[in-house]
Amino acid sequence: MTPRKDLLDIASLTDAEIAFVLDNAVPFKDLFKRSVKKVPTLKGQTMLTLFYEPSTRTRSSFEVAASRLSADVTHFDIESSSVVKGESVLDTVETLEAMRVDYIVVRHKQAGIPNLIAKNTRASVINAGDGWHAHPTQALLDAFTLREIHKDLRGCRALIVGDIQHSRVARSTSLIFRRLGMQVAYLAPGSMMPREVPEEIPQFGNWRDAFEWKPDVIYLLRVQGERMDEPFIPSSAEYHRNYGLTDERVKVLRERGLHLMHPGPVNRGVEITDAGMNYEKCLINQQVENGIAVRMSVLYWLRPGAIGSGSGNLASSPAVIHSAA
Amino acid sequence: MSGNERTLLTQAQMAAGVKALAESILAANPGAASIALVGVFTRGVPLAKRIAAEMEKLGGIQVLVGTIDITQYRDDLNTFQMVPKLEGSDIAFDIDDLNVVLCDEVIYTGRSVRAALDELLNFGRPKRVQLAVLVDRCGREYPVQPDFSALKVALAPGERVAVRFEEVDGQDACTVQTQASTR
Repeated sequence: MTPRKDLLDIASLTDAEIAFVLDNAVPFKDLFKRSVKKVPTLKGQTMLTLFYEPSTRTRSSFEVAASRLSADVTHFDIESSSVVKGESVLDTVETLEAMRVDYIVVRHKQAGIPNLIAKNTRASVINAGDGWHAHPTQALLDAFTLREIHKDLRGCRALIVGDIQHSRVARSTSLIFRRLGMQVAYLAPGSMMPREVPEEIPQFGNWRDAFEWKPDVIYLLRVQGERMDEPFIPSSAEYHRNYGLTDERVKVLRERGLHLMHPGPVNRGVEITDAGMNYEKCLINQQVENGIAVRMSVLYWLRPGAIGSGSGNLASSPAVIHSAA
Repeated sequence: MSGNERTLLTQAQMAAGVKALAESILAANPGAASIALVGVFTRGVPLAKRIAAEMEKLGGIQVLVGTIDITQYRDDLNTFQMVPKLEGSDIAFDIDDLNVVLCDEVIYTGRSVRAALDELLNFGRPKRVQLAVLVDRCGREYPVQPDFSALKVALAPGERVAVRFEEVDGQDACTVQTQASTR
């Protein structure tokens, strides 16, 4: 497979590239069973995490993945850096460029920042979440996790539940599921349903209708605290009652043998209950473990300085501030 | 891109070579209760399986077979135009205190064997590691030598040894390919 420089979203990946990353994640996951979980593939390379937004697990997942590939891992601490003093993203990138890091993992609340960075650095840039736009490694790990259960995902039905409108996870994961031949439906309060939903995606306003659609997997989104205020939803209790996976709904999942996924971290008592977390077909822990394998596979595939990256073609971009020399 | 190809070993000579390797491995490991053969992807794998089958015919010893994909251990991945697809390694037994024989179809610079050794040692601590190859091509860049080889040849730099196995390539063949020089 031709290497790419950056991974910015799912939309710019070809089917063959998606398959390549997912297939290679299998031997990377096999490493976890060995006493030595590390390979020297990226020895001498440096991966830097640049998180403008807090992250619970994505950042550590990338750090573990890079460590297992023998890369050196550095974190650019935004809180104590000159960013707080008003340094622009591009000034920061120029600094990182001078440090000659090879991979930059970036999360930012504004969509498009990873693309901007990618165009201005020789390093490989991986989008670890930008605004409502994309979270491609989450989507890849979700697809990988489901593929471990259903070898062929074609025709498999996923119901995505929650704040779809404001979720980069929903966007990326919904897209990769459909690219792999799955059917996707949304269940959300009207205020959390995107204005424009592709025609092939059924939209539901309640669980009863959604269950009638006969999903194979339920994918819960995290309810973000800041969205709890009006006009989105009146209260977390009401959200739980109407859209959460209540104990009653866990029973339906069990009766029908449906799998359950969640990108984490969860809000117990809001979108999920203890019974949901303890449900035997809950795949949350597998998602976490697979996240490391999939990110190793992504790091293995990307190549700093390679031409023909996601949407940031280094060679043809007028915004290049450093040559690849 | 025209070039030519000449036979290095006939099919019969390949089969005889595999048999000779099996005999030499047994002779060199007297008293071993079990020997593990580990084939290096891609064509070390069918070679290891064939040697194991011969050893089992000769009898008297348990032969374990594993496979090793050295891609993650290569030091030249950045020079590859394409990123290789990973096969993954599969050594489903404990190699501690075992006599392990790495199998590869050709040794040339010794770099692949270096990578294979590094990876193998992450699986455990074998009692002894030996190396079996079908073709020992002169031109080592690392101080690694095979313990067993069916044929030793010295070739010009533009020449390439191509070993094909039916299991992988649909036919058995061992040839020397000469690239027509363009510069």
